[in-house]
Amino acid sequence: MTSVWPQLEPHLARVQKPARYIGCEDGAKATPPDPALASWLFMYPDAYEIGLPNQGLQILYEIINERPDAQADRSYAPWNDLEEIMRAEDIPLFSVEHHTPAGDFDVIAFNLSAELTYTNVLNCVDLAGVPVRAADRTIDHPLVMAGGHCSYNPEPLADFLDVVVLGDGEEVVGEITDVLAPWRLDPARDRGTLLRALAQIEGVYVPSLFEAVYVDGRLAETRPIEPGIPAIIEKRTLADLAEWPYPKEQLAPLTEVVHDRLNVEVFRGCTRGCRFCQAGMITRPVRERPADQVRTMVQNGLERTGYDEVSLTSLSSADFSGIEPTVNGIMDDAENTGCGPVSVSLPSLRVDAFGVDIAAQLNRAKRGGLTFAPEAGTWRMRQIINKLIREEDLYEAVDAAFSQGWQRVKLYFLIGLPSETDEDTLGIAELAKNCVEIGKKHNKRASVTASVGGFVPKPFTPFQWFGQNTAEELQRKVNLLRDATRKTKGVQLKWHDPSATLVEGLASRGDRRLGPVIEDVWRAGGVFQEWSEHFDLERWTTAMETHGLSVDDYVYRHRTEDEAQPWDHLSAGLHKDFLWQDWQDALAEVGLEDCRWTPCYDCGACTGYGIEHVVASATPPAGGSQGTGQDLTFNGATPVKLLTAAEAGAR
Amino acid sequence: MTEPSAPIKATEPSNKGIANPERMRLRVRFTKQGKIRFVSHRDLARLMERAFRKLRLPVAYTEGFSPRPKFSFGLALSVGHESEAEYLDVELATSIDLEDLPSRLTAVLPDGLAVTAVREMPPGTASLQEAIACCLWNIEVLGVPAPEVAAAVAVVCAATTFELERERKGKTTVVDVRPAILELEVAGPTNNGVQLVAVLATEKVSLRPAELIRVLDRETTSDLSEGWVRRITQWTLVDGERTEPISFDASTAHALERAS
Repeated sequence: MTSVWPQLEPHLARVQKPARYIGCEDGAKATPPDPALASWLFMYPDAYEIGLPNQGLQILYEIINERPDAQADRSYAPWNDLEEIMRAEDIPLFSVEHHTPAGDFDVIAFNLSAELTYTNVLNCVDLAGVPVRAADRTIDHPLVMAGGHCSYNPEPLADFLDVVVLGDGEEVVGEITDVLAPWRLDPARDRGTLLRALAQIEGVYVPSLFEAVYVDGRLAETRPIEPGIPAIIEKRTLADLAEWPYPKEQLAPLTEVVHDRLNVEVFRGCTRGCRFCQAGMITRPVRERPADQVRTMVQNGLERTGYDEVSLTSLSSADFSGIEPTVNGIMDDAENTGCGPVSVSLPSLRVDAFGVDIAAQLNRAKRGGLTFAPEAGTWRMRQIINKLIREEDLYEAVDAAFSQGWQRVKLYFLIGLPSETDEDTLGIAELAKNCVEIGKKHNKRASVTASVGGFVPKPFTPFQWFGQNTAEELQRKVNLLRDATRKTKGVQLKWHDPSATLVEGLASRGDRRLGPVIEDVWRAGGVFQEWSEHFDLERWTTAMETHGLSVDDYVYRHRTEDEAQPWDHLSAGLHKDFLWQDWQDALAEVGLEDCRWTPCYDCGACTGYGIEHVVASATPPAGGSQGTGQDLTFNGATPVKLLTAAEAGAR
Repeated sequence: MTEPSAPIKATEPSNKGIANPERMRLRVRFTKQGKIRFVSHRDLARLMERAFRKLRLPVAYTEGFSPRPKFSFGLALSVGHESEAEYLDVELATSIDLEDLPSRLTAVLPDGLAVTAVREMPPGTASLQEAIACCLWNIEVLGVPAPEVAAAVAVVCAATTFELERERKGKTTVVDVRPAILELEVAGPTNNGVQLVAVLATEKVSLRPAELIRVLDRETTSDLSEGWVRRITQWTLVDGERTEPISFDASTAHALERAS
């Protein structure tokens, strides 16, 4: 393995933010490349500043590097200016640690977190000097692998990926290495043998060992092409997060990145049951990290990195058992050891679990703004999406935030949800205006940002059957909101480009026929599609037409109960009839309780894999309506239809 | 029976003023070499802040809604240029023992950033931005044969004025930059080009190495480009004498220097 550094170095002073390409982060692996070891290149298919903080990638990077028989480097998509130089000067894609050519690794493993990065995956494979199509690769080429949330429907990338991994990666990367390490030393090795051996590992999907069958232009089935290959690929799930205190040495970069702070995962999985949320569905059950382990990881991390901010990450961190004493303990530890003051942030704050107490704690070293996600503007809509928080919960949370000194509050909303009316959409403007009014009682300069995204139905959610709103319809709704908030001082409206939402919808539920479309867009120069300055809808619509595919059919069409979905041969543990019933309940405007504190309604995620929630507290955190939507303070004044777990489970 | 007296409210220690005897102002000299030279000035500031926190040094903070550590950097170094002598002023809330501080800081900084000296500065010391008058540079130029570079250097040195167009905030102005070129000579060949040694002013009329390349490029027929650039020394003027902004007088109790 040689280094491309001598070729790269003379050009770096001429590219934007060259520190993205030099590695040298705190926590980066320093041991030199060893050809005797199985080698992984963990790759985030977007710019360094987006990819570096990715916790999944950092966890697997450490786990592989702890093995005696393997080693791992990292890489990120080079920005356009460097790519131009690399192509002109014949410099291949490289790892940031040792500037080893990407093609020299045994595995290039992509984190798939967003659909709009798919064309970057092809670009990175190509820059590595590896054929973009899996079928064209030989034993001289790395395995191209992918994991992450988007891998629950990898079919649009099936032509390009050798191996896809479903679910938690901590254990499975080791099992893959166990197969890979002896194979690479076998003089008689061939790619087919390796792929068939990997296909026997639970959670590993080899797209080339499956075929998609179409009848009358519709997908009928995706099935193995030979005997001995499991017909359904089950996801991997860690039973106990406490056994995996990773990353132990979080990377602290030299240059500014998003989420530039210490991140400690406090639990994985979420059972609040928000019906639009793929992350909440595919990561079940809830597995909390023990509070004392959280404190130790935070304290070690602060001491090691010198960060003064820590984020306690999860899908809904205020739900962590004993969150208040934990936050308190973290701040005390930091102050007692001379690391203070630190600020603690809780992403994905539920408004019904945010009170003055926790606001005051977070405020000990206050910084920036606070973000809440009411998701929808009316109670009717929030019942449909099963985000059962009352308007009063939001107002109390916002009041708590402004009263404790915050000046900015950001609210996340979705538009284009099932059965949404203009009244529901305009409810977003109403909520934002009311929140500013509350803020102004505490601070003249109080401001509220309403951030609005178009809803994209995702696989393995109750909304997977829903036909996405058209880009025109989403734009009309954005315009409604713009008109409604224009004259309100203190309310700022931000929105996601509806045409980008369209393309996300295409890839989210697309099948293998989208492969050539993605390849066309990439070949036409459509990379960095997450970046508005690079996104171009026309490239996508042209490619769809070229291949005789219809946007209506892929994105806007409601699916029927009996039709085959491109991910039917994959499993997140959830029963399909549970998801369908939840979709029917959504349309009937009926909510469903959080099963971590109530009896099981058998969605399949625990029972199917013989695992259970790991939750320290048997009761929900105090305050608010606790996801019941019921007015607990005023004896249920809010009319709410709620199925009991018994009713839900009996069906 | 008397009313219990109201508890006396503890007052927060004031951050204001330099009169606080506990305060300690440090001047830190460090190198920036190798891969790390691609880190920007802004990112460097964040790295230094983290390094001080890793050692749990009692850095003083500004007051206000979002307190900032009291760090004050000297002249920015262009991304890609190396330096043997960068400077940073830091204010500490309490005084500390400076023994071993350079090596302790170096240990928690990335490779290529090495702290070579730390000295306590008396209150009222001029800021680095105000104090630095000129810098000594090693500048490699590429793309032009050595005799032609030497001729260009001779022309520039012989000139009494040299007008250069500068763009600042979209406006183009013409500046006589000759006074900023205090010394300039050819030191010899490098593997790929020619090595220059220059002393360039940083106050009144200032000149950056990249601008010096533009100056010389105007006097050569083929395109002159920038190779390896390294800042060697920064100087302040004390009674007209070029002096390092950090002093190593043996009689100064806190002056510590590490062989670099």
